[in-house]
Amino acid sequence: MSQYVAPVRDMLFVMQELAGLADVGALPGWEEAGAELAEAVLEEAGRFAGEVIAPLNVVGDREGSRLVDGKVVVPAGFAEAYHQFVEAGWGGISSPEAFGGQGLPQLLAKPVTEMWKSACLAFSLCPMLTQGALEALLHHGTPEQQNAYLAKLVSGEWTGTMNLTEPQAGSDLSAVRSRAMPEGDHYRLFGNKIFITWGEHDVTENIVHLVLARLPDAPAGVKGISLFVVPKYLLNADGSLGERNDVQCVSLEHKMGIHGSPTAVLAYGESAGAIGYLVGEPNRGLEYMFTMMNHARLAVGLEGVAISERAYQQARDYARERVQGRALGHESAGAIIRHPDVRRMLLTMKSQTEAMRALAYVTAAYMDQAARHPDPAERARYQSRVELLTPVVKGWCTETAQEVTSLGVQVHGGMGFIEETGAAQHMRDARIITIYEGTTGIQANDLLGRKTLREQGKTLLALIEEMRTDTARVGALDGEAFRQLAAAQDVAIKELEGATRHLIEAATVDPRLAFAGAVPYLMLLGTVCGGWQMTRAAGAAQARIAAGETAAFYRAKIDTALFYAEHILPRAMTHAYVVQHGARSTLALDESAF
Amino acid sequence: MKIVVPVKRVIDANVKVRLKADGSAVDSDNAKMSMNPFDEIAVEEAIRLKEAGAAGEIVAVSIGSDACQDVLRAALAMGADRALLIRTEAVLEPLAVAKLLREVVAREQPRLVICGKQSTDGDANQAGQMLAGLLGWPQATFASKLDLGTDGATVTREIDGGLEIIAVTLPAVVTTDLRLNSPRYTTLPNIMKAKKKPLDVVALDEFGVDTRPRLTTLGLAEPAARSAGVRVADVAELLAKLKNEAKVI
Ligand SMILES: Cc1cc2nc3c(=O)[nH]c(=O)nc-3n(C[C@H](O)[C@H](O)[C@H](O)COP(=O)(O)OP(=O)(O)OC[C@H]3O[C@@H](n4cnc5c(N)ncnc54)[C@H](O)[C@@H]3O)c2cc1C
Repeated sequence: MSQYVAPVRDMLFVMQELAGLADVGALPGWEEAGAELAEAVLEEAGRFAGEVIAPLNVVGDREGSRLVDGKVVVPAGFAEAYHQFVEAGWGGISSPEAFGGQGLPQLLAKPVTEMWKSACLAFSLCPMLTQGALEALLHHGTPEQQNAYLAKLVSGEWTGTMNLTEPQAGSDLSAVRSRAMPEGDHYRLFGNKIFITWGEHDVTENIVHLVLARLPDAPAGVKGISLFVVPKYLLNADGSLGERNDVQCVSLEHKMGIHGSPTAVLAYGESAGAIGYLVGEPNRGLEYMFTMMNHARLAVGLEGVAISERAYQQARDYARERVQGRALGHESAGAIIRHPDVRRMLLTMKSQTEAMRALAYVTAAYMDQAARHPDPAERARYQSRVELLTPVVKGWCTETAQEVTSLGVQVHGGMGFIEETGAAQHMRDARIITIYEGTTGIQANDLLGRKTLREQGKTLLALIEEMRTDTARVGALDGEAFRQLAAAQDVAIKELEGATRHLIEAATVDPRLAFAGAVPYLMLLGTVCGGWQMTRAAGAAQARIAAGETAAFYRAKIDTALFYAEHILPRAMTHAYVVQHGARSTLALDESAF
Repeated sequence: MKIVVPVKRVIDANVKVRLKADGSAVDSDNAKMSMNPFDEIAVEEAIRLKEAGAAGEIVAVSIGSDACQDVLRAALAMGADRALLIRTEAVLEPLAVAKLLREVVAREQPRLVICGKQSTDGDANQAGQMLAGLLGWPQATFASKLDLGTDGATVTREIDGGLEIIAVTLPAVVTTDLRLNSPRYTTLPNIMKAKKKPLDVVALDEFGVDTRPRLTTLGLAEPAARSAGVRVADVAELLAKLKNEAKVI
């Protein structure tokens, strides 16, 4: 069984050197969020993640959540750990102080989220969905709804769910059919929701469902969907728990991974109709969902970072212990970490994990700047960065995690394929993350359509300029490594720019030609952004070394950046080639020829 | 009843300790540092006493560089009320530490000092005993259970042959053993609150205590690497080896 040791060192490095922790700490209301607090918070969260949550990972996978006599039974230890989690107040890290949270910036909250996800992805989904429900009510709920639910959701005493998906409505939510019939000051909901994460359990005394449904007179399509809050137990006038609402868990799914997380089919209105309350205005439900999307998608992107980190730690530890064969240049048989190819696999895992982490945290810091920068023009600029990078963090980090967790199995050899080892679990668990919260295809459409073509690449081209400035700065540092890094990065940036201009052009000819390259384009942008961050990281590490710091950590950062530049960045050329030349063949085949 | 808890910043228990390349000292540059685990147990015990209504204010004290503020903040986040850092860049011997703590006791007037039984770096297991000696207070070392009354305490001690239960009058010095309690996980709200709790920094010189070293380190060496094991054919061979080679039976 593998241990998880939170990579606090790398996290703090990224926060301080790449994501601008000091700048975020200078924003109004976040003066306390400095390096000292960040370190204290990360140390303690890391300890909790490693000691309390990480041991649940294997148990959760083996036992899974099960439906027994109509009740959801969660794996051994999950409920106790959840109560400890609530007790320790981690759920409210970035929630408003008015409702009992700590109001810390995303740049502090997201690394902590990464730890829960590394420790046990299935467990971490419960607080994540609660966060989603909480934000829906925070931004769009009435003061009464906020008073009724928010404090309990912030503390985690109650959990929350997001009910969007129906059998015929997944990627395309305009097809939602659940109905809401007005009745006095509330509504009665009818319909079936599927794949609802942590949709039913007895770990907490109540569950707050956020549900998409249609009003009787609603227009068809996206503009006719409303958002409702539907508690599992209705609340009495004094806030105490009242009657059981008419929402039932019909079944739990049998899944490829994240077995610990109960994925529920929920039936609303089997008898009189589930009582729900409208959140915000009628017919604006999908719009509200979109306002919260950035947070949720960034969080799932972090799952890519988190599970890659866990897989890497396990593979590295195994590679140090497993003795097999005499490596070139060695006298006798030794640990497999000596073999060049094992080093290549480990560095492919490590370098991409660090690159992903950097891009995810930088995006989190942009969110903080977009929320609180005193200058409205700057806020808008950061917001457009967030909009642009969110689908990249979600799509690229989760896709890359497939490669990283698969390599984690490969490093273990035959033992990797054996379930007891635990390496396979990371690969199976990782498989969902490119699917939920919008598939990679949907992320790529968003990146290309809304975030690039709609504004003729304005935000992206400005980002490219910033990448060039940063690259030139690092390239000018003393040392061959920095020249090499900058040269590789420059080539990749040029490919990105070329592909971007090509897509803007192609879309005017036939949008299908552009969208055929949407996912390769997303991977291109992710790969180049990763290189940009690793280049910056190498520059920052060099500055520390120049300032007299001796830690091997900084030397390793530069070497890891070089590996990324030589092994991963060249993929940018392939992606760019596909974007520019691969559309016609994608579209050529007649549907009957498949 | 006020309690003073000394806490030391040491290399984290999970770090594999190495010597510097030139063998001059332990390489603590960039190693992860944490609160000495026995001191963590001491802080936890003090907080439990406070929560049970048996103790009042808890003052955490550390001696060392500014970096020690992080372990003091950690103690504050666990639940200590105030912290004091006696600032020095020097590495002090247990007697110097005990003398400084005697001065702290003189200023703070606690009824109880709870120390870790030893620190995981020096492993001397002396400071608590020396402090009790200097103060002329009773000492109860290696505590695995502590019942506090108003005038005295009953302490269960872990000794080689088993457990020993003793009564001490207050004021007293108690040193903690591993099984006294398991320290709690610090809550996020308490980490935030700790930032606002008072942490005083006083230069070592202000105490007018002679802390000059009395020991000279002649050399440092890493423990010999464990040599490979051997496989024995049967129980008879095992017994023979234990008897003749290891000489343990
Ligand atoms: C374990 C698990 C947990 C989940 N948790 C929740 C939850 O808590 N709440 C909730 O509401 N939902 C949840 N979901 C549902 C999840 O969000 C959807 O499964 C997902 O959005 C995809 O929808 P779908 O399954 O209908 O696939 P489809 O939409 O049918 O997609 C099938 C394929 O077609 C592609 N595709 C579809 N449309 C397009 C397009 N326009 N352009 C290009 N490609 C396209 C997709 O990329 C995909 O490859 C969960 C699902 C799972 C498996």
